[in-house]
Amino acid sequence: MESGSSEGEEVQQRVPLRERVEWSDVTPVPQNDGPNPVVPIQYTEEFSEVMDYFRAVYLTDERSPRALALTAEAVQFNSGNYTVWHFRRLLLESLKVDLNDELEFVERMAAGNSKNYQMWHHRRWVAEKLGPEARNNELEFTKKILSVDAKHYHAWSHRQWALQTLGGWEDELNYCTELLKEDIFNNSAWNQRYFVITRSPFLGGLKAMRESEVLYTIEAIIAYPENESSWRYLRGLYKGETTSWVNDPQVSSVCLKILRTKSNYVFALSTILDLICFGYQPNEDIRDAIDALKTADMDKQDLDDDEKGEQQNLNIARNICSILKQVDPIRTNYWIWRKSRLPLSA
Amino acid sequence: MSEESERDTNPAAAPPCPTVSQRDQWMVESQVFQIYQLFATIPGSAQNLMYLSQLELQRDNHMQYLSKGLRHLSSAFSVLDANRPWLCYWIFHSIALLGESVDDELEDNTIDFLNRCQDPNGGYAGGPGQMPHIATTYAAVNTLITLGGQKSLASINRDKLYGFLRRMKQSNGGFRMHDEGEIDVRACYTAISVASVLNILDDELIKNVGDYILSCQTYEGGIAGEPGSEAHGGYTFCGLATMILIGEVNRLDLPRLVEWAVFRQGKECGFQGRTNKLVDGCYSFWQGGAVALLQRLSSIINKQMEEASQTFTISDVSEAKESLDGTSSHATCHGKHEGTSQSCSADYKSIGYNFINEWRAQEPLFHSIALQQYILLCAQEQAGGLRDKPGKRRDHYHTCYCLSGLSLCQYSWSKHPDSPPLPNLVLGPYSNLLEPIHPLFNVVLERYREAHVFFFTES
Repeated sequence: MESGSSEGEEVQQRVPLRERVEWSDVTPVPQNDGPNPVVPIQYTEEFSEVMDYFRAVYLTDERSPRALALTAEAVQFNSGNYTVWHFRRLLLESLKVDLNDELEFVERMAAGNSKNYQMWHHRRWVAEKLGPEARNNELEFTKKILSVDAKHYHAWSHRQWALQTLGGWEDELNYCTELLKEDIFNNSAWNQRYFVITRSPFLGGLKAMRESEVLYTIEAIIAYPENESSWRYLRGLYKGETTSWVNDPQVSSVCLKILRTKSNYVFALSTILDLICFGYQPNEDIRDAIDALKTADMDKQDLDDDEKGEQQNLNIARNICSILKQVDPIRTNYWIWRKSRLPLSA
Repeated sequence: MSEESERDTNPAAAPPCPTVSQRDQWMVESQVFQIYQLFATIPGSAQNLMYLSQLELQRDNHMQYLSKGLRHLSSAFSVLDANRPWLCYWIFHSIALLGESVDDELEDNTIDFLNRCQDPNGGYAGGPGQMPHIATTYAAVNTLITLGGQKSLASINRDKLYGFLRRMKQSNGGFRMHDEGEIDVRACYTAISVASVLNILDDELIKNVGDYILSCQTYEGGIAGEPGSEAHGGYTFCGLATMILIGEVNRLDLPRLVEWAVFRQGKECGFQGRTNKLVDGCYSFWQGGAVALLQRLSSIINKQMEEASQTFTISDVSEAKESLDGTSSHATCHGKHEGTSQSCSADYKSIGYNFINEWRAQEPLFHSIALQQYILLCAQEQAGGLRDKPGKRRDHYHTCYCLSGLSLCQYSWSKHPDSPPLPNLVLGPYSNLLEPIHPLFNVVLERYREAHVFFFTES
C-alpha cells in the first residue's frame, strides 16, 4: 500500500526529459512520419518525448548509462518495441551490466504485460549470457507466470528452452503431474509432459517411459473420456511405432471400456477407426459395443456386417464413420470424407 | 504414486469443482448458446426478419470503423507503435475483402508511409526509424499488393529485401524476425510468403526450412512455434503454408494434421487455437485457413493414407516395420530432393500461382456454415468491427482475420477460387459475399493476380 502510493507519486512527479540536466546536450529526433501519415497514433506528450530522445541515442549509437535508463522508460511505454529491446541488449553488453539486475527488470516488466515476443526473447538472451547459474531463476520465473495462467504459450516455450539449455529436468515430470492434477484439461501441461518424457536425460526416452505413461494416461481417459488431450497424448506415446500402438491390448481395451458407457465416446470411436486403418481387427466385444451405438436408420443405410475378415473390418470402419457423423455433427464433412477414403473392398 | 494417481483420477473420487479449463469453456459455451438460442425462439415471420438482420454483415459500419483507423488512432494504440504496417494490412485487407477501396490520396499517403518504414538495407520496420522486421515486412508487402498499381508495387525494393531475408536466415532453416531476433515458425512463413509472392524465392532461402518446420510438428499432429512447443493454430497455418510454398508439404504427417485441425472446431461453431483452449474468431482464418489448404492437398493426403494403410495390413510385423522405414525414408529423400534440387527450381517459383490455377472442386472438411454463424453472430459487432468472442472488444486484427475466415467459408465449396458460391452456401443474405482470397498469402485474389503479373512477367 505504502509502496504503491510512493510509486504513484513517482509517476505524477515524472520530470520531462527536456527538463532534466543530464539530457540537456541531446537534441531529440522527431519521428519521420511524413506530412500525411496513415494509421497515425495520437501519442501522449510523454510517449513522443521518450521516443524522440530514444531515436537520438539510437542513431548516434550512444553506449551510456543514461541511454540504458532511457530504454527502460521506452519499453515501459511500449513493451513490443523490438528496436528498443535490441538496443538495450547492445548497451547491456557494452556497459558490462550485472545481468542479474536485468532479470529483475524483466520480471517487473512481465508483471505488466507478459504476452509479447520481445520481452521473452530478451529474457532468453539474458539467461543465456548468465548460463547455468540462471537455471533456478528461469524455472521459478516461468512457474510464477504459469501459476496465474497455466497455458501461457511464451512461458512454456521459455521453460522448454531453459530445461534444454540450463538443465533442471529432475523435478519437471512431477511438476507436470501436479499441474495435471489441478487441471486434467491443461493441454500445455500434457505437451510439457511429452516434452519431458522424450527429452529428459534422466528418464531414458519414450520407449522406456511408455509402460508407466500408458497407465497414467488410461486412468486420465477413464476419468474424463471427453478430454481430447489425454487421447492425443496416448497416441503420441506410440509415435514412430504404429505397430505397437495397433497391437497394444491396453489401447483397444480402454476404447471398449468407454464405448460401453455409451457417453463421451467420440474419441474412443475415432481411435478405433484409426486403428482399423492401420490393420487392427476389432474383436467381438468391440464389434458388439459399436453395434450398440448404431441408430435404427443407420442400420438401413449401411452395408450389413456379416462379412468376414478385411471386408468385415471395412464395414465396421464405415459404420464408425456413420455413427460419428451423427454424434459429432460439427465434423460431418470430415467424417464423410474419412468414409470416402476407406477402400471399397479388401 | 500409482495409487495416488489412480485415486485422483478415479471418477468416484473426482474433485467436485470443475477445473479451470472446464469452467472457462462452459462459460463461453453458455454465452454462445444463449446467442444462438435467441434466434431459435423468435416466432414466425419476426424470426426471419430478425434472423436475417442479425446475420447480415454490417458492411457500412465495418467500413466506417476501418476508415477511421486509417486516419486516427487513440493513444491506447501506442502499444502497437512497432506494428504500424500490421495496422495498415489489417485495415486495408479488410477493406479489400469488403470489395471497397479508399481515395487516391490516402493510397499515396500509405505508400509514402510504408516507404518511410522501408529500411535502406532492405525489409520494412514496424515504424519509421525502427529496425527492419520480417513480420512487419510481410504486413507492408501485403498492404502494397492490396493497394495495387505500379506506384505501389514498384515501391518495394526486392533486391534489398532479398538481402535482408538472407541475413535473417539461420543454418537450421529458421529465420530470425530481426537482427539477432527470435526464431520461430511465424518468421519462416512471413519470410517465405514474401519471397514467393515477390518472385525472389530461391534455393538459399528454402534450404533446411522444411527440416525446421518438420521438427515443429507435434505428437498431436498440429504445428508448434518452436520444436517441442505446443501445437497452435497460428503456427499450424504458418508452417503448413510454408511447406506448400517450398514444395515440401508431403514431408508433414498430413492425415494427423487434418485430424488435429478439424477437431479445433467446437460446439460453439468457431475454432479454438489449441486443444482445450477457448474459441477465438481469429482462428476462423488460422485454423479455417489450414483446413482450406489441406482440402486442396487431398491427393497427397490420400497417398499418405494409402501408404500407411497398405503398410500395416501386412501381417508380418518385421516386414511391416521394414516397409514403414522404407516409406519414411523414401518420403524424406523425395521431399529433400524436391526442395533442394536445381532441376526443381522452377517448381517452387510457380507454386503460389499454380495453387489457385490447379484448383479442383472439393467439399470442405470443416463446417463452413457453422463457422459463418459464429463469425456473424458472435464475432461481429453490429456497430462495426469484429472480435475474438462475445464480451471482448473489437479490434483491427480480429476484424481482418474474422473477415478472412468468412471469405474462406463462402468460397470453400467453389470449383474455382473466384467462382461465386451458390446462395445456400453463404449464410445470411447474399450481399454478405466477400471477395475471394489467395489462401496461402491472405491477399484478395484479384490483387494477388495483379501482383503476380507485375513481379513474374517483368523479368
